[in-house]
Amino acid sequence: MSDRLLLGTRKGLFDLRRDGGAWSIVNKAFVGEPVSMLLRDPRDGALYAALALGHFGVKLHRSDDDGASWPELPAPAMPKAGDAADDKNAPSVSLIWSLEPGGASQPGLLWAGTIPGGLFRSDDRGESWTLNEPLWNVPGRDKWFGGGYDQPGIHSICVDPRNGDRILAGVSCAGTWLTEDGGKSWRQSAHGMIAEFMPPEQRGNPDIQDPHRIVQSPAAPDVLWTQHHNGIFRSENGGTQWHEITAIKPAKFGFAVAVHPADANTAWFVPGVKDECRVPVDGALVVARTRDGGKSFEVLREGLPQRDAYDLIYRHGLAVDGTGNRLAMGSTTGHLWASEDGGDRWTLIAGHLPPIACVRFA
Amino acid sequence: MPRVAFTPNLQRHISCPPQDVGGATVRAALDTVFAGNPRLRSYILDDQDRLRQHIYIFINNDRIADREGLSDTVGAQDEIYVMQALTGG
Repeated sequence: MSDRLLLGTRKGLFDLRRDGGAWSIVNKAFVGEPVSMLLRDPRDGALYAALALGHFGVKLHRSDDDGASWPELPAPAMPKAGDAADDKNAPSVSLIWSLEPGGASQPGLLWAGTIPGGLFRSDDRGESWTLNEPLWNVPGRDKWFGGGYDQPGIHSICVDPRNGDRILAGVSCAGTWLTEDGGKSWRQSAHGMIAEFMPPEQRGNPDIQDPHRIVQSPAAPDVLWTQHHNGIFRSENGGTQWHEITAIKPAKFGFAVAVHPADANTAWFVPGVKDECRVPVDGALVVARTRDGGKSFEVLREGLPQRDAYDLIYRHGLAVDGTGNRLAMGSTTGHLWASEDGGDRWTLIAGHLPPIACVRFA
Repeated sequence: MPRVAFTPNLQRHISCPPQDVGGATVRAALDTVFAGNPRLRSYILDDQDRLRQHIYIFINNDRIADREGLSDTVGAQDEIYVMQALTGG
């Protein structure tokens, strides 16, 4: 099991270790600053932290000494648009929303998903970044729209563990985009998703889907799970065709999803009432778990607040470790819970943290 | 020669002491500063070299008018003060 947790919060990075059966915060960084995304690169152990400074913009830091120091790197930035200094609509990165390593055989390669919808590539451990122009220039990108933010954003980057050149990017709101040649070409792949928030004739349009979070099964990478704006979707063919999972309970709205590392049929979700009321059903925070590929769900409550709870788990706020037994989730109201038994029972680790955006085992 | 000074709140991220620089516009003066401190640029300007949304610049007691082009003119005795807005924190 992983005994280390990294949290990205509205007011800093928190590094937790489990020792003697209890979790505790052993290190902090960027206290007071919004940390939007974190990564520990399993290939070289480097830590990355993306900041969204309220006044001073998006920043990126890397630690090569396990969190003791955090030198700044250049952050992904949109290319200069000619005379666009006079154009108020010319793009500028406002958030690093996802950060993932390339394949195991692609050392130094990183992918960063941003608002306003640009995917960036670094081949040198974040020392420099290049906008992926083929995705930025796909026909119809000007019709992508924001979901939760004013502008569209890439929140999920699924790098196929069998082939690092096969990447699926989840966009709110523009569906899912798939490349099989390392980003040279992309095609829309959100076929089968349904957008209830659109006029009837547009509901099946893959280009306007709002997948909140997408995860890929490490054990069976053709299986992907999506917590969508209005439901759960699953793909069994590598993310090119999706079907809705309707057995989810107590509600189908939510942001987070995690998939078991060894069992593609086991996944966890944290439902909320619905999009216009983003709180737990009946004030009771629960985790919904399926172990049969979505045919049925268990509602897990033990150890979680069952009255007057208004915690929301954001899209990167739920994590599972490499064993599939240990989970952690952090909420918008600064609560952090962990489970040692696949979600059957939860323990509150901390209750007074800043709003939590990102939870990752490291 | 105009003087450029930065909000103390920026100092926790990057060193940027006040300095006297050449330049007849805000843009020119800032470019001179950034030439000696390249990392500072992205703290003040966005990807398109516009003033960040929650940054203000004053020339003496007056807020600049051109947040995109930074074309406001500055004289040799002027002070350019770069500060963070109360929004955006």
